[in-house]
Amino acid sequence: MPLTLLKYGLHGHSLPDRDIPPTPDLRRHYDVVIIGGGGHGLAAAHYLSKHHGITRVAVLEKGYLAGGNTARNTTTIRSNYITNASIRFYKEAVALYESMSQELNFNVMFSQRGQLTLAHSEATLRSFHLRAEMGRHNGTRISVVDPRQVLEICPHLNMDAGGQHEILGGLWHEDGGTARHDAVAWGYAAQAAGRGVEIHQRTEVLGFEVSGDRVAAIRTNRGTVSVGHVIQAAGGMNQHVAELAGIDLPIRCFPLQAMVTQALKPFLHTLVSSANLHVYLVQSSRGEIVIGGGSDPYQLISTRSTLDLKEQLAHGAVQLFPFLHNVKLMRQWAGITDMTPDYTPIMGASPLRNYWLDCGWGTWGFKATPVAGKYLAETVANERVADILLPFSLSRFATMDLINEMGATAASH
Amino acid sequence: MKIMTCPLNGPRNISEFTCFGPVDDPVDPDALSDAAWSRHLFHHDNRAGVIREWWRHTPSNYFFIAERNTVTDEIVATYGANDLSHSRKTP
Repeated sequence: MPLTLLKYGLHGHSLPDRDIPPTPDLRRHYDVVIIGGGGHGLAAAHYLSKHHGITRVAVLEKGYLAGGNTARNTTTIRSNYITNASIRFYKEAVALYESMSQELNFNVMFSQRGQLTLAHSEATLRSFHLRAEMGRHNGTRISVVDPRQVLEICPHLNMDAGGQHEILGGLWHEDGGTARHDAVAWGYAAQAAGRGVEIHQRTEVLGFEVSGDRVAAIRTNRGTVSVGHVIQAAGGMNQHVAELAGIDLPIRCFPLQAMVTQALKPFLHTLVSSANLHVYLVQSSRGEIVIGGGSDPYQLISTRSTLDLKEQLAHGAVQLFPFLHNVKLMRQWAGITDMTPDYTPIMGASPLRNYWLDCGWGTWGFKATPVAGKYLAETVANERVADILLPFSLSRFATMDLINEMGATAASH
Repeated sequence: MKIMTCPLNGPRNISEFTCFGPVDDPVDPDALSDAAWSRHLFHHDNRAGVIREWWRHTPSNYFFIAERNTVTDEIVATYGANDLSHSRKTP
């Protein structure tokens, strides 16, 4: 063994790989330009290059790789939605996470530990029954559980939650889980870059040259490039980037705040969320308790945090797990979410024929990273919106075909 | 603690207030096309800068207008809804 190790070391195989090449100069033309170097954009680049052989692709990122909402989300993966269109879509997202580490040859630490959503009122329980029936109809693992089962799943819960929010039951979603958010983005980036996709960090889109109903070129702070197709996956800046292309999206920006505690011994083996208390908790693989909740109460295009909201998160967490009262907070942050009126994303066609949208990801975007990338790549390659994306079109607002998923958020925003 | 000045109750903790979103230009529902109606319902001001919003002082249920910067979160002005100009163009 030591000899083998020595030989291996001297062979030079052990030199570290640089996963992502440094930013090259911009070329004059790309077949596809992806605006936004977060998880969604990088996943689209991966699938374009892997499934469709399209490699003259540039990913433009205003800041650094995966530094926006990919870095700021709380890594929840689940498919316990209300409508057929959403459940079908997010069910495939969960399936893609199950095989992602193999697909990317990169450990994304997917941990399918189940998500438990708590009901503190009869009304919430009724909505859980609807979600459980819809989920089972679509072949996902989901059921309504009574307080005894809640305690079996999560023995440390304070079942009367301070006397005001007694836990009456829960929605137990065994398919739910978490993954390491940064690894997801890095894995896609490394795969795409390995096939020739260029990743341009610190490259900001300043405007578009539109001719007729097509985008001819994109102006950036590093020069102008002509394009075949554009995918917009710009996270919190989606409404403003689309405006540069003359596309009006029904999106408003709200901050979403989260925080983590010091590391504790493992005690929380599921994701736990409570819509009534506007809080959800998950223990990371490092032992930290990640605490998230609802969006800020009014719109803002900033990643500032507020003590009010952090206190509200702490209040909910301590109601559910009183022994957390003297645990220290280690970090806190906020992201800018691009909220749609129906809490459902906007994907697919835009008024411009070669401009494709991956927008309106609000507070629910991380879980959809693989599936959104996969079907946007298919959409661009075929120049035709993939069937699974059709319900999520921008035109649904004009035809009143909204997909209301407000009730399926983890912490009822 | 962030303070908002209510035109009726004076400076109060912002936790006493509820935001009701940007002020939209008034429309005549009978005269609007379907597309314009959809726009009125779903598209609201999201500019990076000063916007005009409906707010309520919750304990007194008093509704008023605030002008607020959506980048700095600075509250520029608050006034009663009567002071909205009749044209009501966004600032």
